Amino acid sequence: MNPTLIIDASFLAAAFLFIYGLKRMSSPVTAASGIRVAGLGMVIAVVASFLYVFNVNEAAKPHLVVNAALGAVALAIGLGWAWVSGKKVEMTAMPQMVALYNGMGGGAAAAIGAVELFRPGAEHATMPLVVTIIGSLIGAISLSGSVIAWAKLDGRVNGTWRFSGLQVMNGTFFVATLALGLYIAFGAHGHAPVWMTAAFFLLALIFGVLMTMPIGGADMPVVISLYNAFTGLAVGFEGFVLQNPALMIAGMVVGSAGTLLTLLMAKAMNRSVSNVIFSNFGAAAGEEQGEIKGSMKPIEAGDAGINMRYASKVIIAPGYGLAVAQAQHKLYEFVKLCQDAGVEVKFAIHPVAGRMPGHMNVLLAEAGVPYDIIYDMEDINGEFKEADVAIVIGANDTVNPAARTNKSSPIYGMPILNVDMAKQVYVVKRGQGKGYSGVENELFFADNANMVYGDAQKVLVQMIQAVKSLDGGGH
Amino acid sequence: MLTGFIALYIFMLAAFTGYEIIGRVPSILHTPLMSGSNFVHGIVVVGALFALLNATTVTEQVIGFVGVLLGAGNAAGGYVVTERMLQMFKSSK
Repeated sequence: MNPTLIIDASFLAAAFLFIYGLKRMSSPVTAASGIRVAGLGMVIAVVASFLYVFNVNEAAKPHLVVNAALGAVALAIGLGWAWVSGKKVEMTAMPQMVALYNGMGGGAAAAIGAVELFRPGAEHATMPLVVTIIGSLIGAISLSGSVIAWAKLDGRVNGTWRFSGLQVMNGTFFVATLALGLYIAFGAHGHAPVWMTAAFFLLALIFGVLMTMPIGGADMPVVISLYNAFTGLAVGFEGFVLQNPALMIAGMVVGSAGTLLTLLMAKAMNRSVSNVIFSNFGAAAGEEQGEIKGSMKPIEAGDAGINMRYASKVIIAPGYGLAVAQAQHKLYEFVKLCQDAGVEVKFAIHPVAGRMPGHMNVLLAEAGVPYDIIYDMEDINGEFKEADVAIVIGANDTVNPAARTNKSSPIYGMPILNVDMAKQVYVVKRGQGKGYSGVENELFFADNANMVYGDAQKVLVQMIQAVKSLDGGGH
Repeated sequence: MLTGFIALYIFMLAAFTGYEIIGRVPSILHTPLMSGSNFVHGIVVVGALFALLNATTVTEQVIGFVGVLLGAGNAAGGYVVTERMLQMFKSSK
């Protein structure tokens, strides 16, 4: 049977399974089966691609055994390492791991471009050559940029590079890289000296680092999502060069889906993508925020817990602080106690709670919280005024009413959870510090708000004990 | 040959497909879906394998080897973390 026919049919099946799998992933009910459908597509495509051994170029035939062996070894190492690391990673560390895997994909796309450009005596038409170079450029930027994003979120690289003229320098660097790439395409027609091609890749990698270094940790999810879209585009472009429609389709689907996801994330943070990449967030904070009236009023964790046990409706607004304290499990234990006592409990999730949109949902799901008591901001914001208690755990900027009222605040205009409209607000917080934006939170000073100071995990243990001692019929 | 306009048609339709899939997703699934789409571009491993099998010089073999290694990492890692995340989504009913 004709191997080309089998390969083509397999890639068609893979493209279908990818799209159908992603479609199933877009609803919580079918999501888990969606990834398996897409996974099946991947297995079919990879197995079928070994049939390429039957139709390699004449020139490559003497090297075929070595090349096939190298391919099998590389596949085994990459697969084995990623499988083990993916199984081990903590759920809180998920965003940086996604960044790392994404960077590897970008690197693979750049490698495809590099093999094309380094092939001696290759015939290059101008159009595929330009596409090869653009794909390589995007892929290489995605590789080094994603590695920096990973290192920052993982705490391996700290601080941000910021000095005047940084953007001018980065801009110059990018133009130089692009110019070199275009020279290789139009000036040298793909037959540039090896050092020039190597320099092009090196410059692209360095630009990825320069572009990512000035971006702060809070903005990193948007950047990871952007690089995810970049890798998709790079894969799509290199797919065109290789005349492989499966790569073209999968790459472009991810390129557009990733772009939309990036815009949605940036919008949820009340920032534009260019704002994330080119400006220094927090630089404007600290200027004339005006006096905040009132004072912070502390309350014992046990008392707050008992009040919630006797409420009829409680809404919980969790933030990344909850996950850092690893308190999701204790929180759900407390929620179940309240539910047993007849309290209606709901979770309210801000779009950027956690480190990425949906990250908090994953963290709550890990603790066993069913997704049908978890609500998006738009769906629950109207319910806060009916709630007896709203409890904020490890969140700050996402519940700051200044975003609604104070035009001079750097977070003005960002959509927030309306926890301040509940009859009583409890805020669980380690200390009196400010949020990531550096803005003072007037919610903490409101008449209906009380502060529960302490580590989220310890506070919840105290709440659980207090409620249990009640229901257990006293001491 | 997938030249010029045929390629543009493929890119255009694929771009609309991606847009439509993400556009109607509840935000609770954004992280798993980003991870899932990250897995899907792991198909790049197939292209890297093609490039490696056609290599004729040591330079091409080395770059091709690295490409397959990275692509395999993208595909396998993307699959494992996405599957782990989606396993956790359970209804109370």
